[in-house]
Amino acid sequence: MSKTAFEVHDMTVAYQRRPVLWDIDLAIPEGKLVGIVGPNGAGKTTLIKAALGLVPLASGKVEIYGKSYEEQRHLIGYVPQRESVDWDFPVTVRDVVLMGTYGRLGWFRRPGKSEREIADRCLQQVGMAGYAKRQIRQLSGGQQQRVFLARALAEEAQLYFLDEPFAGVDAATETAIVELLHALRSTGKTVLVVHHDLQTVSDYFDYVILLNMRLVACGPVETTFTTENLQKTYGGRLTILDEAAEAIRRQKPLP
Amino acid sequence: MISLSLSEKVMLGTALLGGMAGVVGSFAVLRGRALVGDMLAHAALPGVCIAFLITGHRDLLGLSAGALVSGLIAIGAVTVITRWTRTKEDAAIGIVLSTFFGVGVVLLSIIQKPSTSGNKAGLNSYLFGEPGGMLNSDLIVLAVVAAVVLAGVALFFKEFELTCFDSDFARSQGWPTLWLDLAMLAMLAVVTIVGLPIVGVILMAAMIILPAATSRFWTNRLPVLLLVSGLVGAAAGLLGTQVGRGYPAGAAIVLTASSFFVVSLLFAPQRGVISTLLSEYRLRRRVAEEHLLRALFELGEAELPAVPVIDVQVLRDYRHWWSLDRLLERAREEELIEWSANHVQLTPLGLRRASQITKAHRLWELYLVRHADIAPDHVDRDADDVEHLLPESLVAKLEQELAAEGRLPTVLAEVPDSPHVIGAEASGSVSP
Repeated sequence: MSKTAFEVHDMTVAYQRRPVLWDIDLAIPEGKLVGIVGPNGAGKTTLIKAALGLVPLASGKVEIYGKSYEEQRHLIGYVPQRESVDWDFPVTVRDVVLMGTYGRLGWFRRPGKSEREIADRCLQQVGMAGYAKRQIRQLSGGQQQRVFLARALAEEAQLYFLDEPFAGVDAATETAIVELLHALRSTGKTVLVVHHDLQTVSDYFDYVILLNMRLVACGPVETTFTTENLQKTYGGRLTILDEAAEAIRRQKPLP
Repeated sequence: MISLSLSEKVMLGTALLGGMAGVVGSFAVLRGRALVGDMLAHAALPGVCIAFLITGHRDLLGLSAGALVSGLIAIGAVTVITRWTRTKEDAAIGIVLSTFFGVGVVLLSIIQKPSTSGNKAGLNSYLFGEPGGMLNSDLIVLAVVAAVVLAGVALFFKEFELTCFDSDFARSQGWPTLWLDLAMLAMLAVVTIVGLPIVGVILMAAMIILPAATSRFWTNRLPVLLLVSGLVGAAAGLLGTQVGRGYPAGAAIVLTASSFFVVSLLFAPQRGVISTLLSEYRLRRRVAEEHLLRALFELGEAELPAVPVIDVQVLRDYRHWWSLDRLLERAREEELIEWSANHVQLTPLGLRRASQITKAHRLWELYLVRHADIAPDHVDRDADDVEHLLPESLVAKLEQELAAEGRLPTVLAEVPDSPHVIGAEASGSVSP
């Protein structure tokens, strides 16, 4: 009965002809916390970037609430990897969070009082209310991550994509993020999270996407996050796929 | 129409150029594209020469059009090289820059051969810059470009800020980052090219980079940064042409900008070299003083609450000191100790400070031994590294935590016992 928030049809993504994701098919119902799990180089970040239109699709399509990404952009919140930006950039914490409202503002309009109120509220939600005027270079890793989360909250989205929000953060931040995820779920939002720590998957998420260049499994944690599926994800059987990708890149037939 | 003397025109023109180069350059530097300005400038030279060969006269607009075309070809060449070969971007920029510049120098020598007709002196200014030849029409071009560029920055401020800080995030919101990047690049290209006859192709990059790098020392806000960069650039243009009269103007302007940079590097609060060294020095001095107070406290600890007089030689042997006499001198000035000839004694004020310091030290040691599993005989060194930086609130928290675990004596005599043998550390160090 619940709506499908995010759906991928037969998607293949390639970097410079080398495929990194093959024939992905999946559907995520609304209101789930979803962990995206897989080994390094499995294409987890690529899955998110493809969903957001940041990398071109070689084939297939992505749907957000049944429509194309371009039409549904306003429903999406994005938290990129923390290392992807220069934290010495001359902006304050509030400036960064305000960027979350830029998509709604559109061309030329500057953030005003109501946007600043949204930003401050979002900072409060991640426990960073006292830091609005800080320069971002003065933040610790966990605080940087919270600022990025606040910026995504300021996008006031329905569907959130978080790229490794738990990477290199302190315990307090990890707890804060988990609480935030639960709060988002309770208001009917859907959240997809690239996650590395297998031990916490069952605690944090309801749904899991197991990925290793292709989709291994996608479904509720209880039925999908099984030893068998994990072996398929992390086991060595996918080297053939890897070699095939490499051969395509080098344009030579498999031996 | 404009009745300005030549020197007034030069001042106005170089100030306009410096100002807009500072503003546009700030975005280039923040986007990590500082070298692109350098490449554009060098790559403009063949375009200037070809435009001159075609039109036959030195007219800023015509030559600039030529410069723009060859600059764009150079950018295209860098894109193609990085995209289709294994050459990295910085190497590609270097290759394209020098190739185009080489072609330009060859063309320049052809134009300047005595056999060819016409007056070619004007083109030399493109190498090293010569604002002295500024015409009314040049000034109008500069003013129009400055107005357009500044209006563009004001209009697209939010979009440029977002693209420079996090272009993936910008794209996820649907911003056309490719076009925004191109707009920033176009502004950079136009400013660079109108600046060429004033500063010269070789030094133009400095006008793009120096004001932005200078203002970064003084502010952490982007709008302020843009303003300061513009002012620094304009001031460099004004002062450079005035102070450097009689010297090549391009060099004078750039050296003025460099001196602003050096001054900022040295004297800026927080980020400047001197302020960094100063706070380092203050920290060291505080650490040394805390070591002294703790040593005095520990040497007399057995006799507390009486404050014993301690032999300076005993103190000297207690641990390794870095000029103990100066340290004692300073502590006496601050009325922390009484010091006469061979004897030292803590004053009441000194005793209070000393017991606070020793307490923080021991609390931290206890914490390390208990929670970080560090062997008690190793802990003194580790504690020393951190304890001087512990904020008071953390010390209070440490105390609470250790007290809750029953690690502190219930009747807390201000300072808990040391978890290791006192003086053990001194045995390892050589006393002077």
